[in-house]
Amino acid sequence: MKILVCISNVPDTTTKITFSADNSTFNTAGVQFVINPYDEWYALVRALELKETLGGNVTIIHVGAADSEATIRKGLAIGADDAVRIDAEPNDAFAVAEQIAAYAKDKGFDLVMAGKETINYNGSMVGAMLAELLNLPFVSMATKLEIAGTTATIEHDIDGGTEVVECPLPLVLSANKGMAEARIPNMRGIMAARTKPLTVVPAAAADKLTSIKSYELAKGRTECKFIDAAHPEQLIELLHNEAKVI
Amino acid sequence: MSVLVYTEISKGRIKKASLEAVNYGSRIAAQMNTGVTAVVIGDADLADLGKAGAKKVLRLKNDKLSDLNGQYLTAAVEQAASAENSTVIIFSSDFTGKEIAPRLAAKLKAGIVAGAVGDPVISGDSFTVKKNVFSGKATAMYVIHSAKKIISLLPNSFPVTLGEGTAEVSDFAVNLDNVNSPVKVKEVKKVTSELNLPDAELVVSAGRGMKGPENWAMVEELAKELGAATACSRPVADMHWRPHHEHVGQTGVAIRPNLYIAIGISGAIQHLAGVNGSKTIVVINSDKEAPFFKSADYGIVGDAFEIVPKLVAAVKNFKANHN
Ligand SMILES: Cc1cc2nc3c(=O)[nH]c(=O)nc-3n(C[C@H](O)[C@H](O)[C@H](O)COP(=O)(O)OP(=O)(O)OC[C@H]3O[C@@H](n4cnc5c(N)ncnc54)[C@H](O)[C@@H]3O)c2cc1C
Ligand SMILES: Nc1ncnc2c1ncn2[C@@H]1O[C@H](COP(=O)(O)O)[C@@H](O)[C@H]1O
Repeated sequence: MKILVCISNVPDTTTKITFSADNSTFNTAGVQFVINPYDEWYALVRALELKETLGGNVTIIHVGAADSEATIRKGLAIGADDAVRIDAEPNDAFAVAEQIAAYAKDKGFDLVMAGKETINYNGSMVGAMLAELLNLPFVSMATKLEIAGTTATIEHDIDGGTEVVECPLPLVLSANKGMAEARIPNMRGIMAARTKPLTVVPAAAADKLTSIKSYELAKGRTECKFIDAAHPEQLIELLHNEAKVI
Repeated sequence: MSVLVYTEISKGRIKKASLEAVNYGSRIAAQMNTGVTAVVIGDADLADLGKAGAKKVLRLKNDKLSDLNGQYLTAAVEQAASAENSTVIIFSSDFTGKEIAPRLAAKLKAGIVAGAVGDPVISGDSFTVKKNVFSGKATAMYVIHSAKKIISLLPNSFPVTLGEGTAEVSDFAVNLDNVNSPVKVKEVKKVTSELNLPDAELVVSAGRGMKGPENWAMVEELAKELGAATACSRPVADMHWRPHHEHVGQTGVAIRPNLYIAIGISGAIQHLAGVNGSKTIVVINSDKEAPFFKSADYGIVGDAFEIVPKLVAAVKNFKANHN
């Protein structure tokens, strides 16, 4: 089994988001970056579990500048065998997918895994684009994955429920909660990560189809109106007369 | 030139999210002096598509389209878009939309904005669309540079308005002879509750403050009286007190109902990431310092075990007086 796991580098979930004075860029100074939780907890850990039972190799791939290498090393510490960094700014989903596809197309991966979405740009796009560019089937939002021989059985979320599908390898999937339990890297893993191969690949030609012009912080709520715990029925009146939601 | 909108039928009707998309498409079409064509698979009363603003409806026909397979759907929408000469294609950013909109975007080399929360701003050649970023902590204006454009809408972000319009409906034969998807559906498990959480306008949610799964009856009763869907925080789903599809937040489902009632939930930032788009938020928590109160419109400080039954009674009373 040759598995490729796409990891992106995102601000830790508790980050206080701020932008430059002209609102054109996200301020990264002092921000702690981590592996996108879906990529780490679900895609990578499930890939490692499969490797442990079926044998094979898990490669992690990241499109980004050199400053994301600490994040890549963490993926190696959790247990990936090797890593690839494609040296390009990841500022458009299609361009990221093109970069990964250019690398992966002739490497014979049996399984390519992405996360459900990145928690910074929330696109949920790269996995499906990659499948199209590699001309492979795509299963989105996988919550369970089993592999027997050359067939994958996948449970995934669909509108209004879940579905179980079967698909021969190779394929691309995006990983959602349920695939695996988070793992914490141990000391041995951290030591081993230092010497595992991290290959830097120059950027391929890619099309940047979108860009971000400006940002705006979400507006906070106005004051919370407190209702006396002895009279919760007042809440129902307020929801009807004031908020007009019931 | 036209605007194409992908729509779906559920339970014999056009889905609400699809009507949001047709409305959205017709607002773009008006700016571009063109019309909206809706595509749909299956049979149902399609009158709502015309009322929502579609001028044409194409019923996509091919036996392979029966189980919403992403590869077949992508090819089908591509063929319809090509026949209609559509430069803008709209989806809802639900599970199907997340599977096929980016795949189609890659096929057409169309720039895509997924999860749009505002109408596009079109001026000359510049086309910008607002979407949520950083899990709802901010929004960003995306510029789409390519000639073909795809937008998927964050569900529940736009109102639905139905007018008097009618659409001309015709069949559109899709050719899938050269597309062969190896994905085989083995089993479909539909969530049995009538209300689908991501579509629900009212949601009652509870967290670890409920102490154990045996105490959920009052939460369910409040939801039932309100006609609301139920949701929960992540630890509650992790401990199997509630099914995983109810888990909302950063790593669960993101929802934006009109009303979100949070009972015994502390309001961790990862929880807020999935619910802060709700129009009105009510927080019930015994700890007046619970962080959730800072993100609430209405708050009750007190013991859920006393307050929730009183709320159930109050809703019953309210319904009796307002019918
Ligand atoms: C990367 C990451 C992703 C995460 N993703 C999610 C996510 O998607 N969704 C999510 O929910 N969490 C998520 N979490 C976990 C999150 O940080 C919190 O731990 C979690 O939301 C807490 O759940 P809770 O509010 O139910 O429990 P607690 O934090 O234990 O809060 C229980 C609350 O109940 C109140 N309470 C107790 N008794 C009563 C009573 N009798 N009446 C009324 N109130 C009472 C308490 O005052 C307290 O505020 C994530 C964490 C990480 C690190
Ligand atoms: N820069 C990147 N490098 C590698 N993989 C990425 C990158 N950006 C996104 N991905 C992968 O694509 C998934 C979906 O990302 P997105 O479409 O941006 O929400 C992520 O969970 C990652 O698995």
